[in-house]
Amino acid sequence: AGEIPGGGAPLPGSRGSPGLLRVDVLDLDEDEDDLEVFSKDASLIDMNSFSPMMPTSPLSMINQVKFEDEPELKDLFITVDEPESHVTTIETFITYKVITKTSRGEFDSSEFEVRRRYQDFLWLKGKLEDAHPTLIIPPLPEKFIVKGMVERFNDDFIETRRKALHKFLNRIADHPTLTFNEDFKVFLTAQAWELSSHKKQGPGLLTRMGQTVRAVASSMRGVKNRPEEFMEINNFIEIFSQKINLIDKISQRIYKEERDYLDEMKEYGPIHILWSASEEDVVDTLKGVATCIEQCCKATEKWMSGLSESLLPIVHEYVLYSDTLMGVMKRRDQIQAELDSKVEALTYKKADTDLLTEEIGKLEDKVECANNALKADWERWKQNMQNDIKSAFTDVAEENVHYYEQCLAAWESFLTSQTDLNLEEHSEDKL
Amino acid sequence: MEQLSPDPERQLQPAPQEPLGGPDAVLEAAAGEEAEGAGPQDSGGDAMAENNFWLKKIEISVSEAEKRTGRNAMNMQETYTAYLIETRSVEHADGQSVLTDSLWRRYSEFELLRNYLLVYYPHIVVPPLPEKRAEFVWHKLSADNMDPDFVERRRIGLENFLLRVASHPILCRDKIFYLFLTQEGNWKETVNETGFQLKADSRLKALNATFRVKNPDKRFTEIKHYSDELQSVISHLLRVRARVADRLYGVYKVHGNYGRVFSEWSAIEKEMGDGLQSAGHHMDVYASSIDDILEDEEHYADQLKEYLFYAEALRAVCRKHELMQYDLEMAAQDLASKKQQCEELATGTVRTFSLKGMTTKLFGQETPEQREARIKVLEEQINEGEQQLKSKNLEGREFVKNAWADIERFKDQKNRDLKEALISYAVMQISMCKKGIQVWTNAKECFSKM
Repeated sequence: AGEIPGGGAPLPGSRGSPGLLRVDVLDLDEDEDDLEVFSKDASLIDMNSFSPMMPTSPLSMINQVKFEDEPELKDLFITVDEPESHVTTIETFITYKVITKTSRGEFDSSEFEVRRRYQDFLWLKGKLEDAHPTLIIPPLPEKFIVKGMVERFNDDFIETRRKALHKFLNRIADHPTLTFNEDFKVFLTAQAWELSSHKKQGPGLLTRMGQTVRAVASSMRGVKNRPEEFMEINNFIEIFSQKINLIDKISQRIYKEERDYLDEMKEYGPIHILWSASEEDVVDTLKGVATCIEQCCKATEKWMSGLSESLLPIVHEYVLYSDTLMGVMKRRDQIQAELDSKVEALTYKKADTDLLTEEIGKLEDKVECANNALKADWERWKQNMQNDIKSAFTDVAEENVHYYEQCLAAWESFLTSQTDLNLEEHSEDKL
Repeated sequence: MEQLSPDPERQLQPAPQEPLGGPDAVLEAAAGEEAEGAGPQDSGGDAMAENNFWLKKIEISVSEAEKRTGRNAMNMQETYTAYLIETRSVEHADGQSVLTDSLWRRYSEFELLRNYLLVYYPHIVVPPLPEKRAEFVWHKLSADNMDPDFVERRRIGLENFLLRVASHPILCRDKIFYLFLTQEGNWKETVNETGFQLKADSRLKALNATFRVKNPDKRFTEIKHYSDELQSVISHLLRVRARVADRLYGVYKVHGNYGRVFSEWSAIEKEMGDGLQSAGHHMDVYASSIDDILEDEEHYADQLKEYLFYAEALRAVCRKHELMQYDLEMAAQDLASKKQQCEELATGTVRTFSLKGMTTKLFGQETPEQREARIKVLEEQINEGEQQLKSKNLEGREFVKNAWADIERFKDQKNRDLKEALISYAVMQISMCKKGIQVWTNAKECFSKM
């Protein structure tokens, strides 16, 4: 899931102006006429099939292979950028600029720019969960960082959160069902006041609280008849959750140890320079060692930034995903529990049998829908997870190889210079 | 004052053919007679001097270390480590070596030997011993003297010390050193009989005293400053290196956890399982590779430590010069004042203060006979003083000449050794990088096949 990596496509999740789309894929900025055509055509096309009218290039074909979904051209591009601090009399908060570019017909325009705060993202997530209780909704970054945070809004925290929010929206955009959710569209397009008024519609706080209470109550009753396939999935989720949490801790720890190592190395190198000041004969050798250590420091810094770009956010996202998954399983169980309790009531003739039978019929449908949705989404999620994990760790290994190659080059060049010097000295002696 | 040049009785004669280089050199000997088969000798001076030439090439090794228990001076039980010193003579013709001597010594005996050398060769930069206690440790190394790794590194350090002494053109000829290698029993008594202990105490006291010397040889002052700088910078380097090692250890070892977790995770995965499992194995290999890497680095640290301690020995030679110079200046000052006193007495003018003069003023003049007597005494003292000054001057110049020669020798050795050590450090880093590349390339393959 997520955005198209690398070359062909736009939207690096970085600061500054959002990248332009590749000219031959979709040129929103420069070719309005074509856009009109695309918009109209998009409304006629079955969203799940590949449109022959969309121009494709070999590169965009390659990019399509990286989509986890059907080979459909991506038509919704989202960036989260430019965090800004807002100070009011009651509170301070950060907003993020959300830029959407799309060719879809149901959108009034092809480009939108709105500002959203974390609360708004939370709202969106809640709505998606309500609408699709057994779909796997992408996770949001945590509300607060648990430990080590003095300043709630320090730069690292904001940047990490920005990247995670960017990921969140893109995962929704890539999801075959969630991408067409109405609240999602409102989130991406509505101006601030529009969003506020939209939020006020829909089930109120009390209704939702009531639902939560019922949900908790039913989950406490336990699920007696969870089907075998969901037992398997649940088992996987439990173990996966354990392991990914451990991997998260290990990865964070490695990063920390490496940073401490870098700090010491930064002190280590210059001592050799200091020493060379009192020496005459060994000066070059000492300076050479200092240079090597400095180059290793640079390589370490690069390695660290690589880790924090690729591995750490992915692993952490999947830690949050594992909580999401457990929540999804619970909700499925609840839906089933509702059915089970009605069936039980029917067996013991607790209430009007006709009414019960009708209710049971509806609930059976509900359960079947929920189960199918979950099963399909589970397969999709699992596939994505494997791809993401594989690519993240492959990148890490690549970074490590590169790191050691850089250090090796530094030390080998030093060694060569020393042996060359030796040869020079010997030939001088012979003269 | 201590002797300037080595007591002929303590030297084996004649000098070796050529001064030697690094510590792994073997001791070259002049032609002579029965050196081999010469068992434990008594301390009879001349017989020793005549018979004990280092006849053939000698190899010295400290080959083993053994834990022992015994009773100490206060009759309390103690545990200590004893080291086996083996001396071999190497036949020129066929290169075969024959074990000529083998005995056990403990660290305190090495210390005794070194203290003896310090006293009798004040103009020599005496090689240092390996550290008494483990310092600059990082968390893995134990600071326990009985720890096998520490004992092993100490064994190597002691061997290095003996090789350094054996390859020093002057120290190698010392009788006590020879006996250290060849006479197990009674050696301690022999050393103590030289009476060096008394001199050792006064030497230490003098070296630590503060005094202002007016005209030291500038070169020695410079070298003294250099030795201070060297000590300071090497200590700093060793401290930070230990911290770097500690951190590096942490980075590698945490990766070992990946191995375990990947393995457990692979149990629930179908397609990804094999890749995870094999990648995990490589993480284990990576994590365990750090142990050997840091063990090697420890030897590098030991090489630097040797020069940290050498800096102290260098400083001591400079201080000795300052002491001698100060002593000379004091003697000259004393002589000058006596001469002045004498002159005043002779001419009747009083320019300098003297107690006698004051009391004379207060209690009455002295008789001419008394004055004559005093002049005579002073003249005798002046004579004596001039003799002493002359010999002190000579001693001082001899010392400067010999000490400077050894300092030059030391400088060359130091430059060679440090360069070699730094290069070997680079070689270690290269090896570490290559291992890293291999492990992560393997891991990458496993990941990409998942």
